[in-house]
Amino acid sequence: MSEEKKITLIIERQDSPESAPYEETFEVPYRENMNVISALMEIRRNPVNAKGEATTPVFWDMNCLEEVCGACSMIINGKARQSCTALVDQLEQPIRLAPMSTFPITRDLAVDRSRMFDSLKRVKAWVPIDGTYDLGPGPRMAESKRQWAYELSKCMTCGVCLEACPNVNSKSDFIGPAAISQVRLFNSHPTGEMNKSERLETVMGDGGIMGCGNAQNCVQSCPKGIPLTTSLAAIYRDTAIESFKSFFGSDNKL
Amino acid sequence: MAGNRDYINRRIHSLLGVLPIGLFLIQHLTVNFFATRGPVAFNAAAHFMESLPYRYVLELFIIFLPILFHGIYGVYIAFTAKHNVSNYGYFRNWMFMLQRYTGVITLIFIAWHVWETRIAIGLGWVDLNYQLMENILTNPFFFWFYVVGVVSTTFHFANGLWSFFVSWGITMTPRSQRIMTYVSIIVFLAVSYVGVRTLFTFAYGI
Repeated sequence: MSEEKKITLIIERQDSPESAPYEETFEVPYRENMNVISALMEIRRNPVNAKGEATTPVFWDMNCLEEVCGACSMIINGKARQSCTALVDQLEQPIRLAPMSTFPITRDLAVDRSRMFDSLKRVKAWVPIDGTYDLGPGPRMAESKRQWAYELSKCMTCGVCLEACPNVNSKSDFIGPAAISQVRLFNSHPTGEMNKSERLETVMGDGGIMGCGNAQNCVQSCPKGIPLTTSLAAIYRDTAIESFKSFFGSDNKL
Repeated sequence: MAGNRDYINRRIHSLLGVLPIGLFLIQHLTVNFFATRGPVAFNAAAHFMESLPYRYVLELFIIFLPILFHGIYGVYIAFTAKHNVSNYGYFRNWMFMLQRYTGVITLIFIAWHVWETRIAIGLGWVDLNYQLMENILTNPFFFWFYVVGVVSTTFHFANGLWSFFVSWGITMTPRSQRIMTYVSIIVFLAVSYVGVRTLFTFAYGI
């Protein structure tokens, strides 16, 4: 074998949360059906940059490797997506990798997505069933409803929608589309619905639904194809109705 | 009311953009359109609007206060966005950015326009008639300034109407939102025609 095919990666790196970012270029041998993660693994196996200098291996986050965990999100050639499903054959060369700028960077390509989990806690993204005694089986859910609700439940808190959103940034406290969509999911559940008003009141507060500017990048970027803009519009509608119920009064306020 | 001050401000901002500001915009451009029927028709229409009863109350609550609130709060909204169309060049993302840009352009245009017409008339510097607009618009710089200002305003209104329908939960599905996009394009073209056609009459008498 005379000439080995190589792929070039230009990676934005950062040694620690506080240190300055810098770019480093790597060349790794090409294999068939490579994804970005296998290229990063190659760098980890042989941490030498394109200039032939020994360097520290590039750090990134990953877990499931099948686009269900949401851990390996990063910016690949300008767009946020999962590195596990980013196939090298389908990417423009050189491949540019960068951490998602919306989140605090822990190291290299790994970010801290804590704010998303904090948002899920804020909006009570669960069905409360704990009690001091057995509450028995809950009300049944219509199959037609379950089908669309299931789509919303595919959210893996990967952070791609927050990264793509022009209104999620350091100047705004918008919690992002992911948590708002979960409000719709848990409000659609027959038992979860019992806390409907509470969830809506939360997203009518700081960083809530009004942070949305309808740029609709979220629905274009979501790796799970979740109808995020439909969820946002649903919450726009629900909060409008909630405002009327709350101000003028209603017996149907949950 | 439920929700914090930010929530209520955003709701008011969204509502005021259509009611009354959007309605006022259409009324204003329609009355101006009388200019295409000649100076006499325009002067009669302008005089009718000028002599409406309790005119200052109407102006204050239908025009000045809503525009001030919508404009000032809108600037705050515009500057909390971090545009990213270079990486995410989707249609709606462009509209999102243009909505903020045209909002700022429109505010500057309206401030100048109100100064030059309503305030100048109020201070007795000029009289409200066909001649006033003809004098302004025969200057090529101000003609193009007005064209940009009017088109920016009609774009901001038409695209704002689209987001209004989403923000109040009327258009929820992608299909209804897409059809509303077509409707907003038609509104933009129609209202722009009315506005720009009038400008041509004042500037070139055609």
